[in-house]
Amino acid sequence: MAIEIEQPSVGLSRVAVSKTHGEDSPYFAGWKAYDENPYDGESNRSGVIQMGLAENQVSFDLLEKYLEEHPEASCWGPGFKENALFQDYHGLKSFRQAMANFMEKIRGGSVKFDPNRIVLTAGATAANELLTFVLANPGDALLVPTPYYPGFDRDLMWRTGVKIVPIHCESSNNFQVTAGALESAYEHAESMNLNVRGVLITNPSNPLGLTIQRCTLELILDFAVRKNVHLVSDEIYSGSTFSPSEFISIAEILRDRGYIKAETERVHIVYSLSKDLGLPGFRVGTVYSYNDSVVTAARRMSSFTLISSQTQHLLACMLSNEEFTGNYIKTNRERLTKRHETIVEGLRIAGIECLKGNAGLFCWMNLSPLLAEPTRGGELALWKTILTEVRLNISPGSSCHCSEPGWFRVCFANMSEQTLGVALERIHKFMGQRKNH
Amino acid sequence: MRLVVPLQGVVQGRGGLIFGSLIPCALFYFLQLYLKRHRSPNSRSNPPSPSASAQNLAELTRTSSRSNLLSRGSIVPVLISSLATSISKPNDSPYYIGLDKASEDPYDRIDNPDGVIQLGLSENRLCFDLIEKWMLENLKDSMRGREEGDLSISGIASYQPLDGTMELKMAMAGFMSRVMGGAVSFEPSQMVLTAGATPAIETLCFCLADHGNAFLVPTPYYPGFDRDMKWRTGVELIPVHCRNTDNFMLSISALNQAFNQTRKRGTKIRGILLSNPANPVGNLLSREMLCDLLYFAREKNIHIISDEIFAGSIYENEEFVSIADVVDSEDFDKSRVHIVYGLSKDLSLPGFRVGMIYSFNENVLAAARKLTRFSSISAPTQRLLVSILSDARFIEEYMATNKKRIRNMHDLFVAGLEGLGIRCADSSAGLYCWADMSKLILTYGEKGELELWEKLLHVAKINITPGSACHCIEPGWFRCCFTTLDKEDIPVVMERIRKLADTRAASRG
Repeated sequence: MAIEIEQPSVGLSRVAVSKTHGEDSPYFAGWKAYDENPYDGESNRSGVIQMGLAENQVSFDLLEKYLEEHPEASCWGPGFKENALFQDYHGLKSFRQAMANFMEKIRGGSVKFDPNRIVLTAGATAANELLTFVLANPGDALLVPTPYYPGFDRDLMWRTGVKIVPIHCESSNNFQVTAGALESAYEHAESMNLNVRGVLITNPSNPLGLTIQRCTLELILDFAVRKNVHLVSDEIYSGSTFSPSEFISIAEILRDRGYIKAETERVHIVYSLSKDLGLPGFRVGTVYSYNDSVVTAARRMSSFTLISSQTQHLLACMLSNEEFTGNYIKTNRERLTKRHETIVEGLRIAGIECLKGNAGLFCWMNLSPLLAEPTRGGELALWKTILTEVRLNISPGSSCHCSEPGWFRVCFANMSEQTLGVALERIHKFMGQRKNH
Repeated sequence: MRLVVPLQGVVQGRGGLIFGSLIPCALFYFLQLYLKRHRSPNSRSNPPSPSASAQNLAELTRTSSRSNLLSRGSIVPVLISSLATSISKPNDSPYYIGLDKASEDPYDRIDNPDGVIQLGLSENRLCFDLIEKWMLENLKDSMRGREEGDLSISGIASYQPLDGTMELKMAMAGFMSRVMGGAVSFEPSQMVLTAGATPAIETLCFCLADHGNAFLVPTPYYPGFDRDMKWRTGVELIPVHCRNTDNFMLSISALNQAFNQTRKRGTKIRGILLSNPANPVGNLLSREMLCDLLYFAREKNIHIISDEIFAGSIYENEEFVSIADVVDSEDFDKSRVHIVYGLSKDLSLPGFRVGMIYSFNENVLAAARKLTRFSSISAPTQRLLVSILSDARFIEEYMATNKKRIRNMHDLFVAGLEGLGIRCADSSAGLYCWADMSKLILTYGEKGELELWEKLLHVAKINITPGSACHCIEPGWFRCCFTTLDKEDIPVVMERIRKLADTRAASRG
């Protein structure tokens, strides 16, 4: 939605002045509060603890060890010139191969990925936007189950001009997508004269921290086939599941059904190394598509978002190292599981229930009993209190378009164990105080 | 007989003893049936593993209803966007066709002497030895963690500011200033870093113009602008023709005429897109012209984007004047001026994807900063560049050597062409020359030019860029990039052109 800014001299575009980037929402306002007063275990123990950033810092030591032991990843030797000149949007073959292998490994080797179907982008943010440009025209719609990652409003809608129509999910069935919810969303889009072009799911889900069940995936795929629309599966947290057997990729569903063209031609997977490998600074994302036209168009469009050839080289070395990747995936999973158990237990002792999650870098907390009124306003008031009094930045469900007020996403992997302990203490104290009132 | 062996396998496998003997038989039979029915012609499909389980059985019974769904469902293939459809079409621009052909059959003096010589890519390969030497001596230290704060892996692994780290912005500010002769200083806080100049230009366009608006662009211009500025933004590029008689220098009257004509047909002009140094001609805009352009922009209330990506590739002793220098020294409205820069040309690192938007307009910077999330520079690369750009001694040596080597190649190449009767436009910068090959055209006009281009590519096996791909109004001009060559290759190029020219002269009688 464009907002007119007084321009005394020369004007800007609608994109530039629009608020679709969403950075004025509480999701981002909390980050600002953190930036202004960040917690530090030594120098600022009363600062704001950042629990609104889904970053994985629990396995840095493994990355560091690899880089120490493998200097050839950071240097090039005789290949430097070719690498420095390499700006081909196909991407380094060795890197695409390594990414395909890594994606296969995460899925326990149960599906194969073809490196020639991998399109590289500078992060999953770019991958999601790029796919939207490729699959939908301005003014078309994508159906997205709620609650969803707040960044989608910006990534899928801002420059593309595409609309998100929510598929409303409810706590009564753990926020799983139902056939009824899909149909409702589709009808709602139609009633607004919007052309639905696809469904975008996140599996494992952000902010729920839960993998999507097989039957739900099949239901969604059948719906996509029936309506002849696309299905984008953002599997960015696929390596962050606590138990490997609980994650089912849409790729496995396709495989189980025999890779029928009528199904595969509409399925696209988004992946990235920002969460599973804890490397968001590297800016590495991919679009994996079973549709040749999509691969071609996406690849050409990726000129606007190429990954540094230096980084591609480094990661090609790292991800081709079977010993490293095997150990990393296993150890990372174990550590995340432990962190998750710690926070869930800590919250339970404080009297807070979470959705029973099995993946991701966060928990989906139910604070609805604490709301002064069961409304969005009540939720935001509680969020503000927690930010200013408890000094924790957590993400309110309304930023994620959750239809039920009172749910909050709290991240647990972007801090040390000690900091997590401090955060839990603060929560415990806060809950204790509330009980006494 | 066939069932006995797999039966044993099943009983000993994951199904375990629970399944007894009859159930595995039945399940395996159904499995065979399932496989027969769903054998896809696609070689990528791998059949499910033979460890039978109840779940497989459940799936098998669902099979028939799903195949009904599919046969009812999609006879019509699923649609992609109009944008995607137009992008996926085979490239019809000679610029891209030439690049593809040259990469399929690349010339190598020893391994492939009959290959296509690449003169269509403005890449600078003349000073890699210097960069390689620097890497050998400094890389390990620059990449490894040191004690000073956030230089360990966590320093580059975590989320960085999406518009670039302050360290890199400061290093880039210093580098740009040196590149542009030290006449102007750049403010790191006015920079937004992007993964290459390509997204920098597109992002600027998204900030300054709406779908359907237009930019005035002097011709001939870099063919990539048609992609970068138009594809996803929906913006139009209006050519402002420059001619050989003026040595392809822009004139305000031509600009004015184009502006008025465009406005008459109801299209809103949002700005002028300049390349300075110019690509493909290689000439520089004078201080006076820059002032005139700023007056013009103020009068029409439009923006100016100045793509200065070749600022460090000046080989003559002419002074380069950045538009930043002019707005600083005169009293112009800075809010309409934006510069695009990058390290692909001046530091020969196109693979690393380092570009920037430099603007004096806070609102543009605020919007651009948010947009860079879609095209941020990779953190390890940022760290490496901070090291290399901060090495003042190396940068000085590099720039001096680079200038010398470009000039040498330029002089040799241009002399070679002159020996064939081919004249080049006056230029003082860039990695290319702008050659007048109109004498070699059989029928004067765009068709004739393209015919010559095709013969040069397929017969003479040299990839050069025809002026029509650059929207040049006068046929016969070609851009030849000479910085991807070794000195020894120049006679080879000239010989091939001569052979073709002789053939054509002979056929003309």
